[in-house]
Amino acid sequence: MIPAILFHGLITGAIYALLAVGFSLIFGVARIANLAHTAFYMAAAYIIYACTSLMGMNLYLAVIISLIVTTALGVVVYRLNIRPVKESEPTLLVMTIAVAIIFQEMIDLTAGTDYVSIAPFISGYITLFGVKLLHQELLTLGISVAVLLAVLLYLTRAKFGKAILAVAQDAEAASYLGVDTERVNLIVMIISVLLAAVAGAMIAPLLILNNLMWNPALLTLLAICIIGGLGSIKGSIAASFILAYTETFIIFLLPMGGFLKGAVAMAMMLAIIVIRPGGLFGVRLE
Amino acid sequence: MNITVQTLFQNFKREILPLPSRVILITFFLFLLFIPLITQSSYVLRTLSFACIWAIYAAGWDILSGYTGQFSFGQAMFFGVSAYTCALLNLQLGFPPWLTIPIGAIAALAFGLIVGVPCLRLKRIYLALATLTFPIMLMGLVFAFPEQSGGELGFYDITRLSPSPVVNYYVGLGLMVFTALTLWRITNSRLGIIFQAIREGEMTTKASGIDITRYKLLAFSISGFFSGLAGGYYAHFMGTVGPTTLSVTLSFEAVIFTVFGGIGTIYGAIGGAWILTVVTEYLRVASEMRMLILVILVVLVLLFMPGGILRWSRNKLEKVCPNCKQRNAFNRKSCRVCGAPL
Repeated sequence: MIPAILFHGLITGAIYALLAVGFSLIFGVARIANLAHTAFYMAAAYIIYACTSLMGMNLYLAVIISLIVTTALGVVVYRLNIRPVKESEPTLLVMTIAVAIIFQEMIDLTAGTDYVSIAPFISGYITLFGVKLLHQELLTLGISVAVLLAVLLYLTRAKFGKAILAVAQDAEAASYLGVDTERVNLIVMIISVLLAAVAGAMIAPLLILNNLMWNPALLTLLAICIIGGLGSIKGSIAASFILAYTETFIIFLLPMGGFLKGAVAMAMMLAIIVIRPGGLFGVRLE
Repeated sequence: MNITVQTLFQNFKREILPLPSRVILITFFLFLLFIPLITQSSYVLRTLSFACIWAIYAAGWDILSGYTGQFSFGQAMFFGVSAYTCALLNLQLGFPPWLTIPIGAIAALAFGLIVGVPCLRLKRIYLALATLTFPIMLMGLVFAFPEQSGGELGFYDITRLSPSPVVNYYVGLGLMVFTALTLWRITNSRLGIIFQAIREGEMTTKASGIDITRYKLLAFSISGFFSGLAGGYYAHFMGTVGPTTLSVTLSFEAVIFTVFGGIGTIYGAIGGAWILTVVTEYLRVASEMRMLILVILVVLVLLFMPGGILRWSRNKLEKVCPNCKQRNAFNRKSCRVCGAPL
């Protein structure tokens, strides 16, 4: 049982981390709380489903199309919906929820509300320490970790990545030093949506898809980002694994765990907000 | 008697007729009052009763989030707490609706205080997310203890207010008018000014010697009371209460209705709820596209009328006098109070 919990927690945590880093990045840099973040994750999964199951395309092609189309959608949403209302927080929250519902309804119109699933990218399994691990699960884990590392390296090593971190620290000072903050915001939106799309594409074969899946994912994501500190990348990675292991423990050990995992995540988030509003890693509260 | 009627008439002529927004409001109210004379179809009255429920619920949200700036993303907690309280009191103890609805609203008020305490020092998005958690945790409890809470199916066979849809509708309308008048009264008083001061700058308000803790808790409890009132009426109107009364969607609806109509105005919350409920019902013919059309409508309003559709219309119909800040109809050349050119 213990190795099973360890492995499943690790995989769930890696996917959560992909989502949470994207959300934290756009919040930390552009101060945009993008509640449609998990809608992009859902869109990526559904585009793969549409390309493979409905149009009979090659799987690898479908994944590439899915990443490109989702990112393009992200840019369109940023330009059309997010940027015009960025300054007013309530409007922004309602707007991003509205965008997520538009995605949900578009999927309803094209693919329906039934639960659907995608065939795994690679089949087969190996047994490690008595745990049956699908090859797909290992692939998901590997790609998630690789993409995360790539993004972290880009942010800390590349020149533009450093500019992004500078804007996150102080947008005004960064713009005095010649950083085009508007361009940074756009690039960060692209990175953020791309991360959500990778997460969606990688988790798609392991999940049952339906057009409401953005909703529970969003709640988990918000809990993670609060626990780690909104806008903190290190914090959100750590919190992803903390929450993933907590959830896995609850599901494996409690009889009604499936119902309670959401409530436990919310309780953890509330405790952090009340005791340590900056999150575990102490982000400064505005 | 004759004098009162005369003063009433004069007040009407002086205070209501010159302003298009007030004329529209009075016409709308009279229209709602006489609808049962036009149609008694239970379908129409049911839709309108729902509009009343959402209007009360959204107005409760507006006083907390729109006026006081304490952004609540979990307004369904008040609705659900009150609806469940009413259901339990009615089914376990046999209390009649006229007793359970006020008790339910007061339970939601108390819950507002409980929630308000941990939320006192939180701001903006942190507050929104903290409030979001409460209904989800309550829902987790409902699912975890199905024997006591009814579980997924909830409670049913709750006493209906009345078998007649007309009576149900009038009770809802009465509650809505009560909510609107009370909240207008509050927002136009000193209390309303303090609420807005807290929204605009907590520090400054504190520095002016105002105990903001007290007023924030007051805002939470007023908001809880009215959203709870809607929940109690809902329980006895539907006859069933389930976990949907605590859903995230319901919490978002309060936000959507109010931001659509105009945040921080009360009339925006009520009008927004009415417009969206009636439009949603009307779009039933295109049921597949209904939600999509509705959301696109909301997006368009947010983009082109950021203050909400009703505030936007009001500003088109009325001008504010630059001299004395009184409102005037859009077609006037000079101010009706001080005569300054507009």
